[in-house]
Amino acid sequence: MSDATIDTAQRVLPAADAPAAPAPGYWKSVGQRLLRDPVTIIVTLMLIGILFITLGAPLVTNADPYAGSVLARLKPIGTPGHWLGTDETGRDLWTRLCYGGRLSLLAAILPVTISLVVGGFLGILAGYSGGWVNTIIMRTMDVFYAFPSILLAVAICGMLGNGLTNSILALGVVFIPPMVRVAETVTTQSRSLDFVEAARASGTTTLQIIRHHVLANVLGPILVYATSLISVSIILSAGLSFLGLGVTPPEPEWGLMLNSLRQAIYVQPYVAALPGVMIFVTSMCFNLMSDGLRSAMDVRLNK
Amino acid sequence: MLVFALRRLLQAIPILLGVSLVVFGLVHLAPGNPIDMLMPPEASPEIVAQMKAAYGFDKPLYVQYLLWLMRALHGDFGLSVFNATPVWGQLVTALENTFILAILGAALGFALGIVTGLIAALYHGRWPDKLASAIATAGVSLPHYWCAIVLVLACAVLHDWLPAQGMGDDSLPIWQRLDFLVLPVVTLSLIPMGVIGRLVRATVLDILGQDFVGALSAKGLTRWPVLRHIIKNAAPPVLALMGLQFGYLLGGSILVETVFNWPGSGNLLNLAIFRRDIPVLQATILVLATFFVLLNLLVDIAQAAIDPRIRR
Amino acid sequence: MSAAITLDPRDRGGPAQPLLSVDGLKKYFPVRGGLLNRQVATVQAVDDVSFSVRKGETLGIVGESGCGKSTTARLLMRLMDPDAGSIVFDGDPVGERAGITVNEMRRQMQMVFQDSYTSLNPRMTMAESIAYAPRMHGTPRKEAFDRADTLLAQVGLNPRQYARRYPHELSGGQRQRVNIARALALEPRLVILDEAVAALDKSVEAQVLNLLGDLKSRFNLTYLFISHDLNVVEYMSDRVMVMYLGRVVETGPVEQIYRRPRHPYTRALFASKPTLDPDRRTTEMPLTGDPPNPINPPSGCRFRTRCAFAKDVCAQSAPPLAAPLDGEVADGPPHLVACHLPEAQAAMGANTHA
Repeated sequence: MSDATIDTAQRVLPAADAPAAPAPGYWKSVGQRLLRDPVTIIVTLMLIGILFITLGAPLVTNADPYAGSVLARLKPIGTPGHWLGTDETGRDLWTRLCYGGRLSLLAAILPVTISLVVGGFLGILAGYSGGWVNTIIMRTMDVFYAFPSILLAVAICGMLGNGLTNSILALGVVFIPPMVRVAETVTTQSRSLDFVEAARASGTTTLQIIRHHVLANVLGPILVYATSLISVSIILSAGLSFLGLGVTPPEPEWGLMLNSLRQAIYVQPYVAALPGVMIFVTSMCFNLMSDGLRSAMDVRLNK
Repeated sequence: MLVFALRRLLQAIPILLGVSLVVFGLVHLAPGNPIDMLMPPEASPEIVAQMKAAYGFDKPLYVQYLLWLMRALHGDFGLSVFNATPVWGQLVTALENTFILAILGAALGFALGIVTGLIAALYHGRWPDKLASAIATAGVSLPHYWCAIVLVLACAVLHDWLPAQGMGDDSLPIWQRLDFLVLPVVTLSLIPMGVIGRLVRATVLDILGQDFVGALSAKGLTRWPVLRHIIKNAAPPVLALMGLQFGYLLGGSILVETVFNWPGSGNLLNLAIFRRDIPVLQATILVLATFFVLLNLLVDIAQAAIDPRIRR
Repeated sequence: MSAAITLDPRDRGGPAQPLLSVDGLKKYFPVRGGLLNRQVATVQAVDDVSFSVRKGETLGIVGESGCGKSTTARLLMRLMDPDAGSIVFDGDPVGERAGITVNEMRRQMQMVFQDSYTSLNPRMTMAESIAYAPRMHGTPRKEAFDRADTLLAQVGLNPRQYARRYPHELSGGQRQRVNIARALALEPRLVILDEAVAALDKSVEAQVLNLLGDLKSRFNLTYLFISHDLNVVEYMSDRVMVMYLGRVVETGPVEQIYRRPRHPYTRALFASKPTLDPDRRTTEMPLTGDPPNPINPPSGCRFRTRCAFAKDVCAQSAPPLAAPLDGEVADGPPHLVACHLPEAQAAMGANTHA
């Protein structure tokens, strides 16, 4: 038999040489790959810019977002003192757009955060426990999956009554089922990975395994998914306000502004379209950022 | 195959039951009794009680649910609280109108999506790919209600090309009012175009990268057989997404219908919310969600028919 | 070696007591299907398997893929729960009130998996992976990492060079060395090697096998060596257990099994073993066809559908594992075979003259 081959082989060979410099950690290499992607950098800079003009609104405009003037109603773009024009009650549109981003972003990001926490928890629970826990959680999610998202959001929001809190709650509920599915799929996959089994075999407790082995695997995909959800959430939350189900006047909010300016479309067509531009650009930025993150986190690329 | 179809059908039943529970439960998210909100504050308690009895709101919740479900199964959703006409009749008219928009929007969107996706994949990495991908990504991130406004702006306000709102004169047959369809249909087609375009691009690139396509070309099979293989392998995921997207168009048309004042199911739902017209609201959501479930079912079965691997 | 073993403070019953004894281990997997997704059948992955492992020996388990080798390993580690059967570790029943807990057993019994890549967390460095289990068991960080460095050196990897690397930067053989180091980090007494060298190149395989031999004598280890490779099993094992469709068909000292196989299946298995030596070319009929479907295994003796000697009795009852029917007794551990027929056991194949 093959005794001969084994005996002639050297005993306990030092392993062959490998590249000298130790490689960076996983997240560091993701960061490095992100920095090499021009689209992601541009998009991130744009988002930082949007964050700056909304959170730092008082720094970029002196006007009061609530103070209108009967004399200055519906001025066109390029009016001195109102470079983006004014709305139907004479409020400065640039100021309204800056301040409006605060509520629009809040109403979009908070539901995703809620779904990230609740959905991530339920998904990991379902994926790691399997069995009847999985069945109960996943079948319940299937029921919510049976509603097109905007329909469910409108229905919940419509029944709870309008308002910022209700719109955030409604969208949070809408986003939980897909988040659970993503988390559950990744958890189930990582549960059967050999290194998780090896950790179990060495007597590591379930909580420790989830913290050290499963979470690291699940976090990437659900964060990528969450950024792409923010893009959807911006459109939906502004849409709820547009329908009159979200933020209530006179608060500045892009969807609501779009709705009230819609009446003025025959008077100041370009001004009326501006809030939508903000929704579109912000949503697009999150979408592209999610694409960039996804490809930067794809481990297959660095193998 | 038949077993698979039957099994999926059986699986849809508990989901539909769950859907009906959610729809019924939604109404009770709102504080107070639906009748209390509708009646003027000065109404005498007897009349309020009478109204509650007439609409069945005086019974225990589970009895209300079962009664509602039983009637709903027969297509009887009661009378509108707002104008006391049968809900079913209103709903059918509205659904027909939504259906017209959804079918045409989906057809246009899918066609454009497949074309942009194919172009992007075949010119992978070159400028047509970048352009097509940009269009697709923009389509996904567009707030379509804003897009509707921009289209109205361009075609109805700045130029007088197309009507901005409504369905036109009811007495005329639909083919003489096609101009009313153009703007809503184009608006609705944008999201499916973007979504389908992105998926077609990714799927086709994936297939082109697989060994068997190379093997086919190596065997001297050119163009058409290779294309047939691509279609056969790309069809199931694309088909599944198309089904979902069509469902979203049906159920998610509320925003676009509001902008164009299109008398469809979304508009009906919007009105029902503001009028607190519970029977109409429940019926609309239930019917739309049921459509969505059945649509997914059909897509699953169609997928399994194309790709035997999916059948388990 | 036995002197060294008695010095192990964890040794309870002395050298005569088996380190591991397994009795009546069973695992059936349900097969679901049909319209309502009901259970329509069971796969009898492991069916009434009993064996014991002596202190300091290497027990090899061989069989075709799907014979239940790997399921047995997972059941022993309690990565899945057995449907029936008991596991006794050095006199202590595992998971019973009178014995030790599953976790106490896992500290003394470790496993090396086949796939060296997937069994390491891609986001942990080699040192982190090795130090992980001791740290979870309360070893201070510094001590655990120092020990990881020592272990790396002991498996032939320079800790300065490899401690801070990630799995994808190492070759398969290097990764498997790390997996071995990780298994040793908890200072186990028994190591289960589940196809641990199957995925490696032949030359690397030889190095890892030699490493395993060295480590065994250095740390007084006992091995359960699972493989489908007959040559490797012969090289590594003191005793061999042959499995077929979830059952043990033959067990005994390695020379006995390899020189004088008694079960028709064992002989057929050896007949299909590749050899380069023209003198050892066999004339015995090799196995034909696939093993029967484990969902509906044959009644009685599971091998009878492929056995040239099969008679009616083989279909009626499952043969017990017993001493060969010709009464021949060899020295050392008993040679046991599960076969009804004396003529089948006595038949000599051409490969047995070696």
